[in-house]
Amino acid sequence: HGPYQPHEPGYGLDQPGYSPYEDQILDRKARMLAIQNAKAYLLKTSTRSGLNLYDHFANILTKILDEQPANTVDIIENISKDVKWAQFRKKMDTLRDERLILPTFEAAEKCKALFVKEGGEGQHEELDEEMPALPNVMETAFYFEQAGIGLSKDESYYIFLSLKNLTNVQPIQTCRFWGKILGLEMNYIIAEVQLREGEGGEEEETGEEGEETTAEGEKEMGEAEEEEEEKEEEAEPPKSTYKPPPEIPKEENGTGTNKYVYFVCNEPGKPWVKLPPVTPAQIVCARKIKKFFTGRLDAPIVSFPPFPGNEANYLRAQIARISAGTHVSPTGFYQFANEDEEEEGGDTHEENPEFEPPPVAEMVDSLTTWAHHVKSILKQ
Amino acid sequence: MEAQSLPAALALVAGGGAGLSPERQAALAASLPLLQRDYRFERVWFWGCIQGVRGAYYIAEGLGPDRAAPRSRLYSLNCLDWSLLTPATKEMLALAEQLMGRFQGDPSFEYDLAEINAEAAARLIAGGKEPVIKEEARLIATIEQIDRAVGIVPRGAFVKTPLGSVHENRHFEGLSLVEAKKLSSYFHFTEPVNLKNKTLLEKADLDPSIDFLNSLEHDIPRGSWSIQLEKGGTVVVLRSLLWLGLTFYHVPMTKQFGYVYFGTGERNLDLPFML
Repeated sequence: HGPYQPHEPGYGLDQPGYSPYEDQILDRKARMLAIQNAKAYLLKTSTRSGLNLYDHFANILTKILDEQPANTVDIIENISKDVKWAQFRKKMDTLRDERLILPTFEAAEKCKALFVKEGGEGQHEELDEEMPALPNVMETAFYFEQAGIGLSKDESYYIFLSLKNLTNVQPIQTCRFWGKILGLEMNYIIAEVQLREGEGGEEEETGEEGEETTAEGEKEMGEAEEEEEEKEEEAEPPKSTYKPPPEIPKEENGTGTNKYVYFVCNEPGKPWVKLPPVTPAQIVCARKIKKFFTGRLDAPIVSFPPFPGNEANYLRAQIARISAGTHVSPTGFYQFANEDEEEEGGDTHEENPEFEPPPVAEMVDSLTTWAHHVKSILKQ
Repeated sequence: MEAQSLPAALALVAGGGAGLSPERQAALAASLPLLQRDYRFERVWFWGCIQGVRGAYYIAEGLGPDRAAPRSRLYSLNCLDWSLLTPATKEMLALAEQLMGRFQGDPSFEYDLAEINAEAAARLIAGGKEPVIKEEARLIATIEQIDRAVGIVPRGAFVKTPLGSVHENRHFEGLSLVEAKKLSSYFHFTEPVNLKNKTLLEKADLDPSIDFLNSLEHDIPRGSWSIQLEKGGTVVVLRSLLWLGLTFYHVPMTKQFGYVYFGTGERNLDLPFML
């Protein structure tokens, strides 16, 4: 029987106003009114965002029923956030597209431009004889890839195309892809180039003449100062007789460390910049410091001992050190052009036509089968 | 980086010059799924390669259901046969910090401790063992240090459940281009240090399920990460300057990311001078 005593559970629940189903309105009209009130509440527009809860729920449920993701109850909040976000995306889309155009698409256009020029050049086949020996970048990249080193194939191809552009612009005799140096903000791609004789030399000569005249001017000043010193010896403290060590002469272009000219660019597709020739003072200083490259050629190098020059000079000095220290070839591959004049003519070497490569196993085992073929830099 | 997406990922990282020969790539593609089957890992990551003088170590990591749990590491000399490494202990870490110079490439090579650290050598002798440290131990310690110091993931890629375990976030759509250029959008994927020292303003923007790790913003020294957008902004590549050779890549607005180490396994102690 039902609960009649006050201590029994459920007592008093049959009174109107206390039954557990009290919040359900039984009268049909009243229920419809309540439903409309509830819906009107849900349709109330939020003052901040202009959305209303009813539409939001409808969108969420539509999305869930369309996509039917697994474990929906776990990610329901994320779905709600996504639906809200989707509302706003239309307004911000135009802004975002404009920003995206600048970096990504510009770079893609530059790369495309590399390809387009190739199509234009293909028509001028008469110039084939004059075109210098282009390096076969893809072939060397393939061999390096077998060893586990190298850039991706796309990048190697872009580099190949930009080297081609370089040879069209500058009077170049031989050209080689030297490598890539990583920097903090941007990287450097470096090409080692030998200019055709007589073309690059003119600019350098005027530079050298200018230096000689200033050196002479300084010597004259030095003599004049010494005369004055003798007269005023009593008044002034003795001047130091320290003479800085004579400036080590820069190597001429086309010899020694300046045998090759180096061009750099930040990315394939950007214009190539020529690096200035290196001076011994720069190499000596570069041996003592260790700095990261930032990627901008005009950045100053703050170091101790202070480096004479900016990042372009430091880059050139490092390239010179690397080339001098690591260019190797199998022994006997190159021979001197003139064996009589070994002292002077040590710069030129040619491939030995009688060279027989030793078997691979031998080459791996001992280091004597390899030899440096570039002169190393003196400690001076 | 994920074992399944290895070829595509290596192509993106190759801007640094490091890569794997086709032979090794093929060997990895064959042996990493076998690892997953044998050790019952949920995910297998190719961690990278430490180059020694005479040989190189290829390292793989396996993750269980909780991604933040200590990971099991395996090494191989030829990408085909893998050996499990024991977890790192504090002693190993302390000793390995003092070893300088390149790895030799031979896991049983022994470094003479007596020259390096007389105390530790004395302790070992007293304990009845020889005063040497094997290269394997150095390898374990180095991998642990690198992971702790510079193993990074993008913000939002991993989510922490209220139960404490960490999973990949299925809703991670990738960072936007703007976010990808900021250091604060990347986290160290290790135990966080001092998460709570932030102002109320900063905390208001954070989401506790995503921001449970340290971000890269406050790394010491400042500037020890180099962020570059390659291929005109389609890939963002972060390179660590503290451990030279660690490269992290992420394609914005997609789920692809990963990091890999190709290097000599030596910390760059000259970093403050080089910046």
